Amino acid sequence: MKNNVIPSILPAERLSAIENFGHSISCPVYLYRPVLTEQIADLFEQANKTGATIGLRGAGRSYGDAALNSGGVLLDFRRMNRILEWDPEAGIITVEPGVTIEQLWRYTLDDGWWSPVTPGTMFPTIGGCLGANVHGKNNWKAGTMGEHVLKFNALLPDGRQVTCSPKKNTDLFHAIIGGMGLLGVFTSITLQMKKVYSGNLDVYAWAEPNLKAVLEATDREKENDYIVGWVDCTAGERGLGRGQMHSANYLKPGDDPHPAQTLNADNQDLPDNLFGLIPKSIVWRFLSLATNNLGTWAGNTGKYLMNRTIGHKKRYLQSLVAFTFLLDYVPNWERAYGKGGLIQYQSFLPKETAYEVFTDILKLCKWRRLPSYLGVTKRHRPDKFLFSHAVDGFSLAMDFKVPPRRRSKLIQLTRDLNKIVLEGNGRFYFAKDSTLTPDAVRSFLGEATVKKFKRLKSQVDPEGILQTDLYRRCLGD
Amino acid sequence: MNDSSNAPIDSPLDPMPCAVVVGASSGIGEAVARKLAQEGHRVALLARRRKALDDICKEINQQFGKTTAVFYPHDVTKYNKIPALFQQVLKDLKHIDLFVYVSGVQHRFGFSEYDFEKEREMIEVNLLGAMAWLGQAATLFERMGRGHIVGISSVAADRGRVGNPAYNTSKAGLSTYLEALRNRLTRSGVHVLTVKPGFVQTELLKNAPTTFGVISPEELADDIWRAIRRRRQVIYAPKWWRLIMLIIQHTPSFIFRRLSF
Repeated sequence: MKNNVIPSILPAERLSAIENFGHSISCPVYLYRPVLTEQIADLFEQANKTGATIGLRGAGRSYGDAALNSGGVLLDFRRMNRILEWDPEAGIITVEPGVTIEQLWRYTLDDGWWSPVTPGTMFPTIGGCLGANVHGKNNWKAGTMGEHVLKFNALLPDGRQVTCSPKKNTDLFHAIIGGMGLLGVFTSITLQMKKVYSGNLDVYAWAEPNLKAVLEATDREKENDYIVGWVDCTAGERGLGRGQMHSANYLKPGDDPHPAQTLNADNQDLPDNLFGLIPKSIVWRFLSLATNNLGTWAGNTGKYLMNRTIGHKKRYLQSLVAFTFLLDYVPNWERAYGKGGLIQYQSFLPKETAYEVFTDILKLCKWRRLPSYLGVTKRHRPDKFLFSHAVDGFSLAMDFKVPPRRRSKLIQLTRDLNKIVLEGNGRFYFAKDSTLTPDAVRSFLGEATVKKFKRLKSQVDPEGILQTDLYRRCLGD
Repeated sequence: MNDSSNAPIDSPLDPMPCAVVVGASSGIGEAVARKLAQEGHRVALLARRRKALDDICKEINQQFGKTTAVFYPHDVTKYNKIPALFQQVLKDLKHIDLFVYVSGVQHRFGFSEYDFEKEREMIEVNLLGAMAWLGQAATLFERMGRGHIVGISSVAADRGRVGNPAYNTSKAGLSTYLEALRNRLTRSGVHVLTVKPGFVQTELLKNAPTTFGVISPEELADDIWRAIRRRRQVIYAPKWWRLIMLIIQHTPSFIFRRLSF
């Protein structure tokens, strides 16, 4: 055992309790909220001398333990949130890592530019999104967010500053993006935005009666700009995996008679009440009534019947924000899962095995009486990043309530699901994960990838100061 | 770990609880550390004697898995080392759920002896060391909104008696400190347990003038574990000490000051 006591003491007033997004994990950290690169460099230098570990955190929207560093230092980047440069002609923007997706679209939309890739919520930071190399409902068409980065500057744990682009320092470019904040910290990021000619999307909604039909529709409709399936994981035998499909396309120049109006950020805002009556800030309290097996079954069944009838084969215009950030419709929706919180389990399967594996997964969850309360399918394609989660195939993301008294049951279930996914040559996504073990990670990333990561890590971080709970859990020795 | 699928792996959703025991090289501290390890805790053992700690840790790790126990040689009167050591323990364990302060010394005193050096050591180890450590634990637990603090006081805390004024004072001070911590921390969801054992078969016992109803450290450790689970506030061990101390506490001074125990 190493017995070198940290000589320079971290101030006790920095000690804070930090949670994951799902409120299912909490840990003590020494929290710092830097504003300047120099402050980060100082902390890195100190950590290199003292053996302290430093974790990086954006807005803390990771479902698992990716942005936690139990017992160590945690840097929260939300104050490094300046937009540094903006070229409204070319749609090229340079931002600090703590700028959120929300800040980004509010800033650029007026000029007709939209974030090329977004997750289902606007609250994450760009630094966090690139650390996890997030994807959206347009993964097939637009790839991951990392594919739209023109260049970035990063501070490495050994104190060096580097500029990376697809043509310069390519190894680091493809490893730091998706590297979960373990190889370096972004200090500025330059993104190519996506030109849009309207603040609306042309959305088409329809229902599909089972998982096979959902996956087939997802594949058939993949050339749409966006395609997503909302899957009912509680339905019975024949209807298992039934769901509602949404495809959406950007409008072409001239399709929108009043682009200046729809591109006005103020007109994009989500309504702050439901039915003009119920303030949205309390909606999650009502939702919590449904976060049990019976309530979700009833809700899902009702929703499916609606989608099958009055919502079937409907085409309509929807604002970019309303379509893209569906999760933000109900603020604090994750609180509805109660004290134990939630986890998300997302697996990525090649198109050949996806149907069988997802069926096995859904059946096993039902058999164990731990069905997921929300399931989402998307279409994916591979990318060139080191820690890539994507495959040429589908993903199924499932939200699970963490039952306070049956945690071990859920843990066992996810271990068994992992086995099924790995046998089907599936992959996982660190931004969501809280269940993988080092063996499982080596299995899906491949020995060579893990070795390459460790080699890069030892080059840029010889003392191993950049660490998170996820790192120690998944990539520890 | 050949079959990793069935081995209990630390999951972030259900992490192994972690405990720190200060004064764990023998007696009550050792018994508590072993009990906690048996009850599924990862334990950090602190005390002065490196060799004793090393042996205990090796045994625990042999019994319960190789990373169950870690140790840190430490003298609780080196107060200025405590914040850094606390950070080191927190860094190694990742989180702390239970903090047990056991360290204590008891010197033998003649009936009319006043030896300041001996008295000071008792206050320093039994009380000041406790304050230095429990303050760290209290800060952490308050921020986390959970945790258990356990202090080993004594039945000697309940009344100042003729035999050992400074020992009485140190334990009375510790009891009051723990009570105050409880009142401060209860609103943050933190549990504070004061343990008041009678005679326990430890090294301290040889300095006690008379003994009866002696229990083993293991029996006491069982009582403590039960009290932690039930979130008790103050326990006597064995239980009947509560009655005896009730009588002693209510004995009027004009009688009590003439008694010679």
